[in-house]
Amino acid sequence: MYSMLEATSLSISYDGNRIVKDVSLHVNEGEIVSIIGPNGSGKSTLLKGMSRLIPCESGRVCIAGQELSAMRSKQISQMMCILCQSNQTPADMTVEELVSYGRTPHKKWFERLTREDHEIIDWAIEQTGMTSYRKRLVVSLSGGEAQRAWIAMALAQRPKVLLLDEPTTYLDIAHQLEVLELVRSLNKELGITVIMVLHDLNQASTYSDKICVIRSGVVELVGKPSEVLTHEMIRNVYGVEAEVEFTPNSTSPRIHPIRRAVANVG
Amino acid sequence: MLVHKKATGLTIGLTFVLLILAIIVSMGLGSVQFSPVEIIKALFGHGGEVSDTILWDIRIPRVMLAAVIGINLALSGAMLQAVMNNPLADPGLTGVSSGASVAVLFILLVVPQFSSFIPFAAIIGGSLSALMVYALAWKKRGITPIRVILAGVAVNSVFGGIIGLLSLLYSDKLPGALQWLNGSLSGKGMGDLRVMLPYSVIGWIVALFCIRQANILRLGEQVALNLGESLNRVRIILSFVAVYLAAVSVSTVGMIGFVGLVVPHMARMLVGSDYKHLIPMSIGLGALVLLVADTIGRTFFAPLDIPAGIVMAVVGGPYFLYLMRKGDV
Repeated sequence: MYSMLEATSLSISYDGNRIVKDVSLHVNEGEIVSIIGPNGSGKSTLLKGMSRLIPCESGRVCIAGQELSAMRSKQISQMMCILCQSNQTPADMTVEELVSYGRTPHKKWFERLTREDHEIIDWAIEQTGMTSYRKRLVVSLSGGEAQRAWIAMALAQRPKVLLLDEPTTYLDIAHQLEVLELVRSLNKELGITVIMVLHDLNQASTYSDKICVIRSGVVELVGKPSEVLTHEMIRNVYGVEAEVEFTPNSTSPRIHPIRRAVANVG
Repeated sequence: MLVHKKATGLTIGLTFVLLILAIIVSMGLGSVQFSPVEIIKALFGHGGEVSDTILWDIRIPRVMLAAVIGINLALSGAMLQAVMNNPLADPGLTGVSSGASVAVLFILLVVPQFSSFIPFAAIIGGSLSALMVYALAWKKRGITPIRVILAGVAVNSVFGGIIGLLSLLYSDKLPGALQWLNGSLSGKGMGDLRVMLPYSVIGWIVALFCIRQANILRLGEQVALNLGESLNRVRIILSFVAVYLAAVSVSTVGMIGFVGLVVPHMARMLVGSDYKHLIPMSIGLGALVLLVADTIGRTFFAPLDIPAGIVMAVVGGPYFLYLMRKGDV
């Protein structure tokens, strides 16, 4: 098991405010790592910093041993894909067209798609269960279907690492699970390393090998769900009293929030 | 809901057929009328002496120039719309045309001895105003559509003021520049076409090479970055192509509004927003629209020659309002 993505002493500022402070995170090949933390704690910023979408003030990020800052953006795109929270699609773009853009990093400025590219596009559409939707307009899809279309585009990139920023936001519970199950199957079957920002602690517990807790831009805890998701952590980080239940034969604890820990707020 | 993509090739083809017909009809219209047969004969070098003189010296250069400038302005608008991710962007509204105009007018009125530098001056003026619009519209790592338009209004009014000032200060020399100021093709001949065409063709070729980049910008900044595009490089290249094409047009025929705005819009309604189709469609439609506008201008009120810029403003303005009512803008 070797290190797939490694962030070392990463600091990121936004409009003069330091959002991410000296964060180090180590992700092994084939792992699913969830980043959790309260609103405004810097989760998304960390994810974007690790994927060079926003510049880092200091620190470095390595993918499969290579430092990002020493790579061309296109080279990075051949190994890593990040899907952000809200994506715009032109009103007349079909699923198939969207997915075909995933091939861009593998093409030169004016190179056309080859048969091999089309095979990869077909494969990506199939893997995400979008075959019957391939001619549909992306804007006509439901939230969950659209998210799957974007994941298909990500797959067409053939990444080793997939970064997802709150992939389940705005989706109902069934579609949330659908997306997370898809992510898990991509991880298990294709060996894609996944790092995602999640809000739901129970989903993070169920779907991750490792959880990273961020508070105010600092890593509070990293470890297996059963080590990280404790009564104390939830009280300290979220200010919530919760019952944490361990079911036998499961590494994923269940969290039942009870009430806010701090009385008389507001 | 399925999309019908097959029809786009046909639509683009029909537009070019229509363009060729419009070219032949327009060459025949004027104080001396020619039938399509006479025109085709003259085009292949079998025309009579009279028709050769009128057609080759006057009609053909004017018609071709209208088509070339229509293409330039339409492509310029399509490129700006891609870069700014804004359907309202066009060389007129973003101040690119007026920036180029100030530079050209300065040379025409103040230092006419440097008139051979007019195209370069236009490109520099256009680039400067594009930079100003970007700088003004920039807020927190991005440009928003509404700020581009507000910045365009501001930049346009500044340059409009300078144009007014130059016109007043050098009013004795103004009549010579007046036709140009109004966006007129009147009196343009083969010489102008010979200068314009090579410059323009270079711009068209570069525009054709930018199709994929323009398409990726439609998916937004973060997706473009994720796909490994160097956003700033793509933006600079596309903007420069847009400014270049608009400036080349301005330097020859002055400001002609609405072509860059309306043509890509119409093209989008007909063939969709994929630049693979949008660029060829904008080429055909841009040539067609400006050719029709110029033909109307020179024939409807003959012997008066109404500048194409005025026709476009009178017809394009209401069309733009119509688009707004329909909610497409």
